[in-house]
Amino acid sequence: MAYITFRGIDFRYGPQGPLIIRGFGLEMRRGEFFTLVGPSGCGKTTVLNILAGFEAPTAGEVLVDGEPVRGPQRDRIVIFQEPDSLYPWLTALENVEFPLRVLGVSPADRRARAREALQLVGLHGHEGKHPGQLSGGMKQRVQLARALVLEAPVLLMDEPFGALDAQTRIILQEELVQIAGRTRQTILFITHDLHEAIFLADRIGVMTAGPDSTIKKIVEVELPRPRVRGSAAFGELYERIHQILSEEVRRVLRREDSLL
Amino acid sequence: MSPAAQGRGVRLLGYAASVAVVLLLWQFLSSRAIIPLLFPSPWSTLHVGLGLIRSGQLPADLWASLGRILAGFALGSALGVTGGVLMGAFRPARLFFEPYLQFLRFLPALAWIPAVMLWFGTGERAKIALLAYTTVFIVALNTMVGVTRVPRNQVRAARSFGATRAKIFWLVTIPATVSHMLTGMRLAMGNCFMTVVAAELVASDSGLGYLIFSSRQWMQTELAFVGIFVLGLLGLVSDRIFQVTTTRLLWRYEGASGGRSTQ
Repeated sequence: MAYITFRGIDFRYGPQGPLIIRGFGLEMRRGEFFTLVGPSGCGKTTVLNILAGFEAPTAGEVLVDGEPVRGPQRDRIVIFQEPDSLYPWLTALENVEFPLRVLGVSPADRRARAREALQLVGLHGHEGKHPGQLSGGMKQRVQLARALVLEAPVLLMDEPFGALDAQTRIILQEELVQIAGRTRQTILFITHDLHEAIFLADRIGVMTAGPDSTIKKIVEVELPRPRVRGSAAFGELYERIHQILSEEVRRVLRREDSLL
Repeated sequence: MSPAAQGRGVRLLGYAASVAVVLLLWQFLSSRAIIPLLFPSPWSTLHVGLGLIRSGQLPADLWASLGRILAGFALGSALGVTGGVLMGAFRPARLFFEPYLQFLRFLPALAWIPAVMLWFGTGERAKIALLAYTTVFIVALNTMVGVTRVPRNQVRAARSFGATRAKIFWLVTIPATVSHMLTGMRLAMGNCFMTVVAAELVASDSGLGYLIFSSRQWMQTELAFVGIFVLGLLGLVSDRIFQVTTTRLLWRYEGASGGRSTQ
């Protein structure tokens, strides 16, 4: 049985706005790593925000473990692309403690758990630094630790490595695969980087060009982990998804041309 | 010499040169004045100033003005922060108060002096009320803007951790707004130095404004110059002290939400 279900999701901003998403449906298994790719502006982030409970769909429903989503909740933690969700007046440790503080965990207990989470993401020794003193990659690690400390069953990652340099991105991808393998969390991961999608995902959903976008095709990634970016199978899969995706990207470009 | 020390040396040299040029120009102009009484030289100003310090009048006036400024500034800041937070966080409060905020912030405290004197008399309360008035709107406006500009993801993250509205308010909104509050307060402090003179000119028997204004009675222009100089210096020093203390104590909140000033 599906753990997360999107059923017939329509979404528009306000009562009169154009339909950004139309008839979006998806079922995710428990513990699955699902990656959503699609041309920019296709509403990937909107899908994630709906599952997070930040946006309410115009029509349709989202179920998590059989329960309809009615708003944000601790069982679904978002890792934002921009690091601006970290609290700059708190240290890295205090940021990771924050969700536990909200929960009312005792200071000693939450401190210990936050330390552990920071260690897990490789930030041992940086506990006392403020976000302003951390690099982009380290800030994303703090966000990850802040999500892990709650042991949320679902992680929602909105292009979390999109703003990082290529080397840092690859390192973080490798670490994420390890962490996800250990915690068995269900992950919805958004990206426009196909290499990233193939490296990480159990399945990849390709979205159509917006507006009115929905899932065009779902591709199973059956490569064994750890995956090798240079391998022939990796390259073949890349070509296959690239074909599907580039049709959609061309549609976006044609539409932009016709507007000129 | 390290580059930093060298930079500081160059800067100090620049300031010193600037002061020297202005002093010389002042000396030159006063020497050309037809009635020296009306445009005293730097040296006679200094002489009178030292006399005022020795007689104890200048320190007394300085403390009188400073005390009023601190009281009015503290009161106005407290009201401004509270009002600004309320307006930023609760739409009804904003709708109700914003018209007055936008209307009154263009009315200088000066315009209220007659009314305030009638209400509060000529005592300390009247001056503190005027100084609080000159502080409150700019602090409220900056605070309000700060509250409305808390980054959306900071609030969203807190919501998904299960924070209630009250917790989001105390743990996210308030700390994220501190830098805006401080910006408003710093601007307000400048206003206070202008308003204190006006308030003391009209109704007072102490303070630097009184010192400046009383000079005209005996044509002691030096008194006015001394008062002006001390007031300017006091403003400069207060601003530096405010900046250094807030940076020392509240640095973690600086630019927390990419805060910019709003006048």
